[in-house]
Amino acid sequence: MIKLLETLVNGINQGSLYAIIALGYSMVYGIAKMLNFAHGDVIMVGGYVAYFAITSYMVNPWLAVVISMIVCAALGMFIERVAYKPLRQATSLAVLITAIGVSYFLQNAAQLLWKTNNRAFPSILNLGNIKLFGGELTLITSKMMVTLISLVIMFALTLFTSKTKIGKAMRAVSEDKGAAELMGINVNMTISVTFAIGSALAAIAGVLYSGVYGVQLTPTLGAMPGIKAFTAAVFGGIGSIPGAMLGGVLLGVIESVVRVYISTDLADAFSFAVLIIMLLIRPAGLLGKKVQEKV
Amino acid sequence: MKKLVAAMLCACLCLGCVSAMAETLTIGVQGPFTGAAALYGAAVRDAAEVAAEEINAKGELQIVLNAQDDEHDREKAVNAYNTMKGAGVQAILGTVTTGPCLAVAPLAAQDHILMLTPSASSPDVLDNDNNTVFQVCFTDPAQGTLSAQYIAENKLAEKVAVIYNIGDAYSTGIYETFMEEAEELGLEVVADPTFTDADTDFSSQVAEVKNAGAELVFLPIYYTPASMILKACHDVDYAPTFFGVDGMDGILTIEGFDVSLAEGVYLLTPFAADAQDEMTVNFVEKYQAKTGILPNQFAADAYDGIYILWNAAKNAGITSETTPQEACDLITEQLLSMTYDGLTGTMTWGESGEVSKTPQAVIIKDGAYVSAQ
Repeated sequence: MIKLLETLVNGINQGSLYAIIALGYSMVYGIAKMLNFAHGDVIMVGGYVAYFAITSYMVNPWLAVVISMIVCAALGMFIERVAYKPLRQATSLAVLITAIGVSYFLQNAAQLLWKTNNRAFPSILNLGNIKLFGGELTLITSKMMVTLISLVIMFALTLFTSKTKIGKAMRAVSEDKGAAELMGINVNMTISVTFAIGSALAAIAGVLYSGVYGVQLTPTLGAMPGIKAFTAAVFGGIGSIPGAMLGGVLLGVIESVVRVYISTDLADAFSFAVLIIMLLIRPAGLLGKKVQEKV
Repeated sequence: MKKLVAAMLCACLCLGCVSAMAETLTIGVQGPFTGAAALYGAAVRDAAEVAAEEINAKGELQIVLNAQDDEHDREKAVNAYNTMKGAGVQAILGTVTTGPCLAVAPLAAQDHILMLTPSASSPDVLDNDNNTVFQVCFTDPAQGTLSAQYIAENKLAEKVAVIYNIGDAYSTGIYETFMEEAEELGLEVVADPTFTDADTDFSSQVAEVKNAGAELVFLPIYYTPASMILKACHDVDYAPTFFGVDGMDGILTIEGFDVSLAEGVYLLTPFAADAQDEMTVNFVEKYQAKTGILPNQFAADAYDGIYILWNAAKNAGITSETTPQEACDLITEQLLSMTYDGLTGTMTWGESGEVSKTPQAVIIKDGAYVSAQ
């Protein structure tokens, strides 16, 4: 029983991280209608920026997170302007290939700039542990914090898109770009802001991934969590904010359960099998809206 | 004045004839100088340079090194090998890691070029077809067996767990022989979870060994995942004894790694930088002067490797004109008959290319290796 509980807690902790990344993925898809495969690599950049801020410039870790968010937001907007905006009228396949290209570009640029050796990120949240059931179940407080942070982000994003003017503009653009433009909404600006927010979330994820989960920084750091988060976003219903959260957490739990009760080696296979099955039986995802295309 | 000029001229001429007459041995050094295993490759390259400088100062057979980066990648390893072959190296000190070695060894056998690997420890490296490969380090199976023996003999623990990388030949090779020997010696292995290269979250593996009540965790893996496992154990307040093999070497040099996490970790290695014998002290001093860091086992194996090649070449009378193919036969003949007493122990070689020597255990104290005895 304790074992199951421990497995679930580990899964939720891991899933919360996927959720933060998936939120960014999902937002960009929902509004710009494109899969930003470079999202995972923005996570990597976020991790490195915070790492150098902390280790080379002795910046306070919290400030480092803010710096990293600002840098990544700027990077996200820059990528959008340079690589995606000229392709706004192109086929979705062209945009997809461009996104993969941007992803490789970021990875290789990071290899050139920061070299390929591993760097261990300093632990930024050392809060001790909570012991339950006479010490049999250990809750790692810093990882529980990640779950909390992901929930806060989810609620904040939901509020943002439903209450603020720019948030409403985002929803309008996501529903019908042309009509939104006719209503006087600045579509380019809205998409830019979306990328900035998504990339800032990626920066947070990057710092948490290396600072709390103890994953060492390498230029290819973002590839795997990027793909996992994409799976989570599709699973939960791409474009939907609570869907991304739900998908991320469920994916983490599935992985953790498979790892403990079936086989470590099959954990990844199961997560991707989940994606395939989901696409077969509910193409719009758990919380996704089924949109009827008029032909 | 005239006399002085004459003397100087004479000296110049003499120097000129010495350098013209000095025979050279060109050795290729191949390893990952960048990438995930860069620590190993850089250590091998730097130590090889230290050895070459020492040898060249003797004024006998001179050594020219040709170092090529393989980034611990099989494809790049083949490119690096071809570059060295094109440059006409007479023997290769390499490769440093097992994967690239498996890619390059068949080519070297085909071209009949001798490879002395300082640290590729898989027995597959010595496959029948790879008849030009020799090792300086001991093989993986030997490490598994020796680790189990060490743990049992010194009664480090009764309940043992193993966490290993199922996608890595090095890791599974050690795991298998460890399990065999552990059973033989009556060590109880209570859990043996696995991971793969793609894994970054070790919480479930750690939970498994912790719940099984293991007092010692054997980690036959490389230092990068090992460092993450140490952190994951620390996160859940689990502090068993950790026991690693040569792949653990390097854990103290990861940038930004909290070395206090590695306190008390045992590792099996043929070389300890704190040994007080003259040879070790001399090497450590020169290596530190060159790189600013303490040499690890890879550095020591590479230093020995250059000396082994040089001794063999000198005894066989190899000159600048010897072709790589002739050199291969001559050095092989020497290796099979010689006994070399180096930094990493007294070594002899068998027909297969396997070395025999005895390892020692070291323990990490205050961020440095200390002999465990």
